[in-house]
Amino acid sequence: MSAKFYGLSHFVFEKSLSYFCSLILGVHSKCAFRSYSYGLWWLTQPSAFPNEHLGPTKAIIHHRIAPSPSPAQPGLTRTVPPAPPSRLALARSLVSLSRTPNPRPRHKPSASAAMDPRRPPRSLSGGVEPKIRQVGFFTPDASAPSEPLAPAAAAVPAPSTKQGVAAGSPPASDDLSPGRLSPVMIPPPRHADLLAPGSPSPVVADSILATSAPARSSARLDVASEIADDDSWSRAPSSIELEENKRSLAGNEGAPTSIPQKQKTSKAERRAIQEAQRAAKAAAKEAANAASAAGPVTSKQAKAAKTAKKEVPQAASTVASEKKITERLPERERKLDAPHPRMQFDDVHKVEKAKKRAVVNQSEARNRVELFRHLPQYVHGTQLPDLESKFFQLEPMHPSVYKVGLQYLSGEVSGGNGRCIAMLLAFREAIKDYTTPPNKTLSRDLTAKISSYVSFLIECRPLSISMGNAIRFLKSRIAKLPHTLSESEAKASLQSDIDRFINEKIVVADKAIVNHAITKVRDNDVLLTYGSPSVVEMILDYAHELGRKFRVIVVDSRPKLEGQGLLRRLVAKGINCTYTHINAISYIMHEVTRVFLGASSILSNGTVYSRVGTASVAMVAHAFGVPVLVCCEAYKFHERVQLDSICANELGDPDVILKVPGKAEDHLKNWAENTNLQLLNLTYDATPPDYVSMIITDYGMVRYDSRYDQSFNLFI
Amino acid sequence: MPDVQPLVSDFVLKLKRRKVEGSHAVARQTAELLRSVVSQHRMGSSANQAAALADAVRAVGEQLIAANPIELAVGNIVRRVLHIIKEEDISSTAVGIEGLSVTVDSDDEYDREDDDRPSLSAAVLAAHARNALRAPSLQTLLEDIPVSPAISRTASSTGDSDGKSKSAGDKTSTRKLKHDVIAAIGDLIDEIDSCYEPISEQAVELIHQNEVILTLGRSRTVKEFLYAAKEKKRSFRVFVAEGAPRYQGHVLAKELVEKGVQTTVITDSAVFAMISRVNMVIVGAHAVMANGGVIAPVGMNMVALAAQRHAVPFVVVAGSHKLCPLYPHNPEVLLNELKSPSDLLDFGEFSDCMNFSTQDGSPLLNVVNPTFDYVPPKLVSLFVTDTGGHSPSYMYRLIAEYYSADDLVVRRKSTA
Repeated sequence: MSAKFYGLSHFVFEKSLSYFCSLILGVHSKCAFRSYSYGLWWLTQPSAFPNEHLGPTKAIIHHRIAPSPSPAQPGLTRTVPPAPPSRLALARSLVSLSRTPNPRPRHKPSASAAMDPRRPPRSLSGGVEPKIRQVGFFTPDASAPSEPLAPAAAAVPAPSTKQGVAAGSPPASDDLSPGRLSPVMIPPPRHADLLAPGSPSPVVADSILATSAPARSSARLDVASEIADDDSWSRAPSSIELEENKRSLAGNEGAPTSIPQKQKTSKAERRAIQEAQRAAKAAAKEAANAASAAGPVTSKQAKAAKTAKKEVPQAASTVASEKKITERLPERERKLDAPHPRMQFDDVHKVEKAKKRAVVNQSEARNRVELFRHLPQYVHGTQLPDLESKFFQLEPMHPSVYKVGLQYLSGEVSGGNGRCIAMLLAFREAIKDYTTPPNKTLSRDLTAKISSYVSFLIECRPLSISMGNAIRFLKSRIAKLPHTLSESEAKASLQSDIDRFINEKIVVADKAIVNHAITKVRDNDVLLTYGSPSVVEMILDYAHELGRKFRVIVVDSRPKLEGQGLLRRLVAKGINCTYTHINAISYIMHEVTRVFLGASSILSNGTVYSRVGTASVAMVAHAFGVPVLVCCEAYKFHERVQLDSICANELGDPDVILKVPGKAEDHLKNWAENTNLQLLNLTYDATPPDYVSMIITDYGMVRYDSRYDQSFNLFI
Repeated sequence: MPDVQPLVSDFVLKLKRRKVEGSHAVARQTAELLRSVVSQHRMGSSANQAAALADAVRAVGEQLIAANPIELAVGNIVRRVLHIIKEEDISSTAVGIEGLSVTVDSDDEYDREDDDRPSLSAAVLAAHARNALRAPSLQTLLEDIPVSPAISRTASSTGDSDGKSKSAGDKTSTRKLKHDVIAAIGDLIDEIDSCYEPISEQAVELIHQNEVILTLGRSRTVKEFLYAAKEKKRSFRVFVAEGAPRYQGHVLAKELVEKGVQTTVITDSAVFAMISRVNMVIVGAHAVMANGGVIAPVGMNMVALAAQRHAVPFVVVAGSHKLCPLYPHNPEVLLNELKSPSDLLDFGEFSDCMNFSTQDGSPLLNVVNPTFDYVPPKLVSLFVTDTGGHSPSYMYRLIAEYYSADDLVVRRKSTA
């Protein structure tokens, strides 16, 4: 998504660089109106300030000046009264205006006409972002100017001077305008969102590596997230129509009042919010036009209005150009959407760079296997004491994230779902305790924070693909946060998003899988499973609850011996179990009627990426003509492709291979001293698709042959 | 033969209690036991002493095979000894015809003649006799066209010459037969001991520079094979799967590393992941069946399937004493042995979660710990034995060389 819109923004940037300055003015006047309507909408939200008994205006002002310490969010207690101004200052600096910032609060009543008070709001990107925001739906007029703005705001100082002047006016004007409430102030956090460097790109490693260039990517992502806010690019024309309707329908006063009502009806849904935003924009446009006509505006505003008028005719032309863009997009999008190559650890330079940033001091394992140089492998256990000693120094690391990292390291938390849930809960805690530091914007800073958490977790243990997907989800949520939300609300919505993700994508998905899979368990079946997949365990439990008569064969392998845990739980429930090791799979396969396997991920070429040994089990089952059913939640699907188990894998601690349970002698003691000897402890392997009879996901069961028609991409 | 009975029962006990395991050790000890059986055997003055000797061997062999039917090497050696007796019988009668003119009157000269005669009889004539048993092939046609007819002639003439030779030199031929058989068994033991040499000699021809080899568990034959390649300055890399539940792969890895071979130990579960980067799989076997199938340590079928998937040659190295003339039927079950669960789970480890109240005869928890896998012949690319490399489909020919067809079922004639 992001890449697509990035491409678009570039195109538009080149195209419309010539007249963006003039357009800015018009857009800003619109922006003023829109933010005004936002303010109204907020007031109508009963849940927006649950503990506020103040009048609406008061409430909002209160919120702006000193973030309301809502009971749900103790983390908000940071008492920085001049928070908004300081945020403005930050934004200003981001815009790279070298002028001296004016720290005066924006809602100074009389300053509207003066240059100084205007400048802060402009630079605050409050002026900048709204235009970007319109890209998605305001196709004709807004898309053209918006793109230049993001890059320009980030890097180009030359046009920004004029732009600054121009942009400064509208927020100021809305501050001023007597009829409009001060809620207009609310936009800042929202604008701040826009600058968030949230990388919605799938690859998490990328986010670690790419932190070196945040400014640029943030600009791009702004646009992306902006546009992503709207339903889809293709819907642009309809939204235009909608705005047209709105415009014709209402006058200056009518629009704002009607909008809140509309939102009231469908408050909870994002969709409604978007509609509202659209309407707000329309209203803003109206306001701009009207304002220019009415006259009680500064000369600047007049200019802005003029440009806005100019904008309208241009709109028609840009529609056409846009069509072209949409056609062109696919290639660009494809190119940019291609997954970022993961960190290759045989690249000396990159490894050096990564080491400098690393939180965890790790020493490379000795006697590495030549085939796996490209994967990280560290001496196990060396990080733990180091991490423990650093506990109080790692200031940016939230304790819950820290804890999860340690759990990953020690192997206390394992399994795709377990790790993913642990991580999300830790992030949830971290978000709960998060306060936007002064001079920072929430979405941007929070995304950076999450990225740093993620890189910490990666240092503890490489991420699984499902975790990568979850992180991608979270970041896109942050990037898409409605900009009208206050910090506490944004945090609350993020937390509920995380909860919803855990619930929908994992918990409920597992239940759905169980419901599907149970139809495949008949009486007198002999079910074989390998390792300890959590979903399969649920299936077996459920089948047992239903009173099906079946037998379970638990196949296990060293060094993790996870199957013993599963065996213990199943036997305790009274399920008849047989336990064996993976070498005996050919022996046991004669009696098996179904093989149920879990998966860490399913890749888009149908490869099942799972616990090492799964491929062997599936292969033997295939050779014996036993159906292989792979259970995998849809959130674990990934667009990556993989042919073997070597290009991407995870190397476990080699030392665990040494210790054979129940055997006294240790033949390979001191193995590290002999350079001829290596121990290889792979974690995953790739099962070729032809071994798998069926994939059971929460959306249903997929015959594996259907991979030819790319139906897997439905899940990705 | 009361003297050997303690020895036999001792060995039977050892087999039953699995004190002796591994086809090499079992084969060697069986051969030694049978040698002492033969040497203790008191040759009666019956008409057919070879048959009597064979009966004695059969009687012992039956006990040994029953003691541990899984150790196919026991049966192999018993059959080999029976075959030797038959061969020696044929050769001695053949010699008897020749030597009739020479040795009829000179009983005193026997001792002197004895020195050179065995070499003649055992080596040359046994080879001839083997040729007689062997079906005609292109190679035998090339090697010795004139011999075969001669042998066949002697073989055909044995029937009528029997009476003459027996009557003439009864005692001589009896002693000679026994002596020859003992010597031949000695040769067999030597062959078992030294089977690694001819196998490992072929290593250089099968392993190229920078080869990547995968093996599972530990086999002495494989070890010697790899050693030989290393000694010839081949540099190659070996992946050793540890081979649950015995984890002998660790021992093999240690031994290989001592010789400077690049070795990587992998878990059994990683075999499929790694096999795509492997050039050749070299494994040992427990027994090679007549159809070319292999009884091998558990896990081998998985390796063979993975190798087949990635078109990696699956090479089995095995001494000829592992060559079993039987055709397998349901070998996974009938030619397998379930070992103690303690290899997988500690005793009492699951006592806490077992519900003992609901014992309705079927235990809730079974642990399966088989010893062997059966690898069907289609998964095997090559057998390397001490007689050279053979494809699985050639195994029945090799078997015809070592065993006589009527010995396949080792049972005393009396019972039959």
